[in-house]
Amino acid sequence: MTYRLDFGALLQYLGFFLEGTAVTLGLTAFASLFGISIGIAGAAAMRSKNQWLRKLVAGYVELIRNTPFIVQMFFFFFGLPSLGLRLSALAAAALAMTINLAAYAIEIMRAGLEGVPIAQSEAARSLGLRPLPIFGLIVLPQALANVYPALVGQITITMLESAVVSQIAVVDLTHVADFIQSRSFRSFETYLVVTIIYLLLAIALRRLLAFAGRGLFAGRVR
Amino acid sequence: MNEFTLWDIVRNLLLAVPWTLLLSAIAFLGGGIVALILLVIGLGRYKKARLAVKLYVELFQSTPLLMQLFLVYFGLPLLNIDVSAWLAATVCLTLYSSAFLTDIWRGSVEALPRGQWDGSASLGLHYLAQLRLVILPQATRMAIPPTVGFLVQLVKSTALASIVGYHELTKTAQILTNATFQPFVIFGLVALMYFFICYPLTRWSRGLERRLARETQ
Repeated sequence: MTYRLDFGALLQYLGFFLEGTAVTLGLTAFASLFGISIGIAGAAAMRSKNQWLRKLVAGYVELIRNTPFIVQMFFFFFGLPSLGLRLSALAAAALAMTINLAAYAIEIMRAGLEGVPIAQSEAARSLGLRPLPIFGLIVLPQALANVYPALVGQITITMLESAVVSQIAVVDLTHVADFIQSRSFRSFETYLVVTIIYLLLAIALRRLLAFAGRGLFAGRVR
Repeated sequence: MNEFTLWDIVRNLLLAVPWTLLLSAIAFLGGGIVALILLVIGLGRYKKARLAVKLYVELFQSTPLLMQLFLVYFGLPLLNIDVSAWLAATVCLTLYSSAFLTDIWRGSVEALPRGQWDGSASLGLHYLAQLRLVILPQATRMAIPPTVGFLVQLVKSTALASIVGYHELTKTAQILTNATFQPFVIFGLVALMYFFICYPLTRWSRGLERRLARETQ
């Protein structure tokens, strides 16, 4: 007997697929916004004169980058309640994704800041600008333009890795797939459809962000 | 009821570490062999074959590893192949690493000056001899640092094998948590163990990269 693929059985679950997609994209947007903000702050801290601050940030980056995302998430969701900090599954997932993306964003932004010639901030200082406006108005925009493609890549990776949040029962796209396959008994078809949705999301996300980048940085993004 | 001391927890976790290392090693070696074959095809002159290799790499890099794992786990039985968690994880991670290694190695080959191909062709070498004698020896130098860097990613990726029920470090941590109700300690320790595997590799990769940068200057 050979198995026949049957995708028709999945049509009735269209609404679930859409809801799951919305959760996956929402989590990704949240993590990107806060993760990149922390990334900018962390990269700026890496340039500070305070060596303890630099070491602290570097330690954070190494710790996150050298441990699996799923372990980080389990630590936040299962581990933190024993310290009295009880997070909902969604909050734990959002926190884990943000903290994970932030570590990579610090590394990326650090390279971006290093790529801005020192003459830029010297010129700004000679015009009488103070340190904060120099960083915010002169150095940061150029650094962001330098590394924008790398940031887009990292956001895409975060979106794909977020499939793991289904394991703490966040109702994202993967969790929806788990649910549908348990109801329809069409495991392979369900996961195939969801994999294709992820693929399309990844392609669309990259295109959209590349398009936005061309507008934001007025053609400076390489 | 049995009481778990901290030592019991550490001991049981340490016993699971070899399984994480084994899965990483098999996926790396198997992936390396597949990647080498794909590289030879992907650099050849057949346009359709090159495109197919590009598509293969893109598919693995643009979909979640967890979905790839589920597709292998639920897909192989449809071909009347009996899958254990071990087989599914091994097959999936091998394919996954082959895609990333193909991409890394192709990048290293493409970084070589075009003249290396032309020069070796002018000596009358055919495609495979060009690759073996001229191109790959030079590309290997450039490929090693990012390949070691990918090894870190691969070790971390094996944690997902726990989801299909393969008993490596992360799965063992979940079982221990259910038995001891000490998730904070256990997942903290597990994170440290992954760190002690991955961090030396990260340092090594970075050192290799610096050395290469010095040599090529």
